[in-house]
Amino acid sequence: MSNVAVVGVGQTAFTRACGVSIKELCFEAFKEAVEDAKNLQVQDIDGSIVCSAPEYDKQRSPAGAIAEYLGLNPKPTFYVESVCASSTTGIRAAYGLIKSGLNDVVAVVGFQKMSELSSTEVQERMGRGADIMWESPFGLSMPAGYALFARARMQRYGMTEEQMARVKVKSSKYSVLNPKAIFQREVSLEECLGARAIAAPLKFYDCCANADGASCIILANSDKAKKITDTPVQILGLGAASDSLSLANKASLTGLNCAVEAGKQAYKMARIQPRDIDVAEVHDCFTIAEIMAYENLGFCKPGNGGKLIEEAQTYIDGDMPVNIDGGLLGKGHPIGATGGSQVRTIVMELRGDAGKLQVKGAEIGLVHNIGGVGLYGNVIVFGR
Amino acid sequence: MGFEKFGKVNYTAETKVKDFADYLEKGKIEATQCRVCKKVYFPPRMDCSNCLSKDQMNWKEIDNEWTLLTYTKAHFAPTGFEEDTPYILAIAESSEGLKTLARISKDVSEDKIKPGIGLKLVPVKLPHDKTAYEFRLSSE
Repeated sequence: MSNVAVVGVGQTAFTRACGVSIKELCFEAFKEAVEDAKNLQVQDIDGSIVCSAPEYDKQRSPAGAIAEYLGLNPKPTFYVESVCASSTTGIRAAYGLIKSGLNDVVAVVGFQKMSELSSTEVQERMGRGADIMWESPFGLSMPAGYALFARARMQRYGMTEEQMARVKVKSSKYSVLNPKAIFQREVSLEECLGARAIAAPLKFYDCCANADGASCIILANSDKAKKITDTPVQILGLGAASDSLSLANKASLTGLNCAVEAGKQAYKMARIQPRDIDVAEVHDCFTIAEIMAYENLGFCKPGNGGKLIEEAQTYIDGDMPVNIDGGLLGKGHPIGATGGSQVRTIVMELRGDAGKLQVKGAEIGLVHNIGGVGLYGNVIVFGR
Repeated sequence: MGFEKFGKVNYTAETKVKDFADYLEKGKIEATQCRVCKKVYFPPRMDCSNCLSKDQMNWKEIDNEWTLLTYTKAHFAPTGFEEDTPYILAIAESSEGLKTLARISKDVSEDKIKPGIGLKLVPVKLPHDKTAYEFRLSSE
């Protein structure tokens, strides 16, 4: 059966307020992906999947609006949502469509215009991201959710606030080299540790910023992929899993079980081990999330994630380079666009197109994209 | 209707476990137990995901011995909770193996809060005839 490859990638700069409509935002990412694909005409795309978190959208059913604007009618289009993991869920759906033969070439467009809502409206939605019946009535937010994991790990493993801060120090070192990143300033360890508390032990620099942005990933079956580009990047394995929405009922409070499960599936399908990964993009919505990802993906043993960043093993010249495009902490986090941006980075790394952020000779890359507080987990393994 | 009085901000007025809020007003914290498979639920529910029974639950007072698993001090709050900051959110596990999230009472001094300490869940009355529960030290 035909394999599925990425043939084109694009993304807008991630910014605080893009000043354009969601259709215009998506067009920019789509144009970049189509042009990146070289021998691809828009009419060759026989389906599209649009991904965002709908509570931030004014437009009802955005897939219709965006498919029209991109010139993709009358080809089928639909919308998928898994909050922050929406666009890798879109890629999973596209993989299924192509593998089954229903489609040959599918565009996955992820976007979010967080500035579409006032900060009061965003704050109201933040309260409804937890279980609204039993957990939201206590005033639970996303940072508080991840902070509960951080505290449990400090207790169990002796993880430190300094280890978490070191993740942001790494992130800012690389985001200043990524022109599409929102955060264009290097921060010091002292600055991170001295920042104001958001949800203790998490402080200001432990948290990523909301952003506006769009991403587009174009996938095709291997026959088409060879005609479209000289440098297709293959999808070698995919994994997806879920955990409880309720924080109290999570399978673990020291790691994200949905990431562990999704990772195992992706490695098995790709027939690789964690040590075979040359470069990874993980979902660092908070510094603590990156440290848990190291462990949940098997880059180190449970409990050793803090040590891995302390030893600088996840820097570009370390044993396992992670988030060397700045990650969510450095790029900003336009919810529906984030997974596509992670995939774009890995595809560029595997093609050798990553410029100053290139990991030499990278052949196998991994994307780990999480929705909610460890609610939805997607892991995808890519190869040249 | 009937459940809207639970919690400072409530998003779920209609539920089959609305009696929980009435019990809470009377000072009782109740779990549910499935009559078919005996599974205990807290927070309570009327549908059993273990044996798929529907509306076959009995109310049952919780075994009120909890151990703190983790906590955070929230300095920023979603809409409706702003004036409460900072407040401490915690997850604890009961002697029956149930887990729940609630705040720790502001009366508990922070230097006593660390994972492993014993807690109990107590009903609290909130302004505007609202009701909720919070953790206090089990020794108090």
